[in-house]
Amino acid sequence: MDAIVAENLLKKYDDLVAVNNVSFRIHESECFGFLGPNGAGKTTTMKMIQCVSPKTSGTLEVLGLDVSSKAREIKRNLGVAPQEVNLDPDLSVFENLVAYARFFDISKKEAAERAEQSIEFFQLQSKKDTLIDQLSGGMKRRLLLARSMINRPKILILDEPTVGLDPQARHLIWEQLSKLKTQGITIILTTHYMEEASELCDRIVIMDNGMILDEGRPSELIEKHLGGNIIETRDSDAVQKCLKKFSNDTKFEVAGDNVLISTSRPQEIMSTLMTDCGIVSTSVRPATLEDVFLKLTGRMLKE
Amino acid sequence: MSKVSLFSLPKISMKTWKVWRRDARVFMKTYKVNFVPPALEPILYLLALGFGLGLFVSQIDGVSYPVFIAPALLAISMMNAAFFECTYSSFVRMYYQKTFDAIIATPLNLDEVIFGELLWGATKSTIYGSIVLVVITAFGLASYPASLLIIPFSFLVGMLFSSIAMCFTALSPRIDSLNYPISLFITPMFLVSGTFFPISALPTIIQQFTYIGLPLVHVVDITRALTYGSFDFDLLLNLLWIVVVTVIITIISINLMKRRLIV
Repeated sequence: MDAIVAENLLKKYDDLVAVNNVSFRIHESECFGFLGPNGAGKTTTMKMIQCVSPKTSGTLEVLGLDVSSKAREIKRNLGVAPQEVNLDPDLSVFENLVAYARFFDISKKEAAERAEQSIEFFQLQSKKDTLIDQLSGGMKRRLLLARSMINRPKILILDEPTVGLDPQARHLIWEQLSKLKTQGITIILTTHYMEEASELCDRIVIMDNGMILDEGRPSELIEKHLGGNIIETRDSDAVQKCLKKFSNDTKFEVAGDNVLISTSRPQEIMSTLMTDCGIVSTSVRPATLEDVFLKLTGRMLKE
Repeated sequence: MSKVSLFSLPKISMKTWKVWRRDARVFMKTYKVNFVPPALEPILYLLALGFGLGLFVSQIDGVSYPVFIAPALLAISMMNAAFFECTYSSFVRMYYQKTFDAIIATPLNLDEVIFGELLWGATKSTIYGSIVLVVITAFGLASYPASLLIIPFSFLVGMLFSSIAMCFTALSPRIDSLNYPISLFITPMFLVSGTFFPISALPTIIQQFTYIGLPLVHVVDITRALTYGSFDFDLLLNLLWIVVVTVIITIISINLMKRRLIV
């Protein structure tokens, strides 16, 4: 069964279309990523899934239930770690978890047990009785994740789970999320860290301006759009002229001072560039999701 | 998208008490720092006005000045406790701490969150009303058993001012904007509602306006009757005014909050 089914989902604010007729299916037990620049409509989509922002039109079902009429039942089975830290600053780490559990009708005793487990899982033992203000950014993020797990959700929604964290903190969160994946929880995450998406997600969609540009496994998308490898070289007339010799399937793009050539035949192109056109300084590297992202959403600043 | 009607009926289950519990839990944790000022202020007023200014006032309505203003100070404490809770404190929870966002990600809906906030504001009114009642009792300014009714009454008063406060919170773009209802609504009302001088001293037209439009005057009338221990029929009209306005404003405040937060 699919955990989430969206068909022609539309969200309009006054005169702005935030989410424009998108359709997607998220399977049970997979990790599904929404990638896109700021303002792409990722968070709005998350909020509609969470039943806190009503859709304008289209259908959206979570766990087989309609978001408009079954909000309570859906929310009982969701865990949400929002982009903005909304922990209770007057309460300690442990109290935050227990207080939150109470909203799900979890008994006091059970809440305390689950809080202990969550604190351990997210390695917050030494901070159990610390107030939120005294936590580092990484600890707050981990506590948000711990809190989102307190009701043993079927679906976990993570909106930018590692935004603003140092690499250590980020990797720790990735490790813990990978463990959760093996437990069969459906994870939905939004991010603009491509590495995060490649690391965690089984499938992703790339969104921009409220629309889904493409969908698939990260490796498939790289293969499909870029052929697997990127050759980089200094931009010059000579290079451009040289590249015209190749057949149409050799795609290249000028980014700043460089030319990026995406190809599945790097050896061949490299040797042509060097021997036929006399271009010496070139390098080849595997294409990444970031290359796909920039190709699909453009290199212009999104603000 | 069409706007929520101001009068649509909220959907509230018993889960709303979980919001009350959350606020109470935080209060219990921090009461040492926020308990003293609201309890101290009425004592200062009572000393300065009741026993200071009171020396120059012989009698009002056949009672001494401290006896006259004690119920007014009680009413003002109840009003302020609820009003400040559901303006500044609720605004902080809504806007800065994102507490409402956190709670609506659980099975609770926004109606229950806001109603829980109102219940908590009313509870604060009861807490501070009771403290001031103890103070004026210690000064011998309340008659019993009638004054015991002030405790349940303070909850109703709290609902009234919490719901009014929540409307302002829903409409304020920034926390500073909440200074306006304080200085343009609460302070003038605090002065003219039969608090420090009898309302009969005002021109008739202002008296009429006060009774139609200002909630505090009804609260002062009832509180005064309870501390004096003397009742008349008009009190039922005061009570009716309070109940009707509380119900209507409660519904409006929840819908205004939905307009603000459910987008």
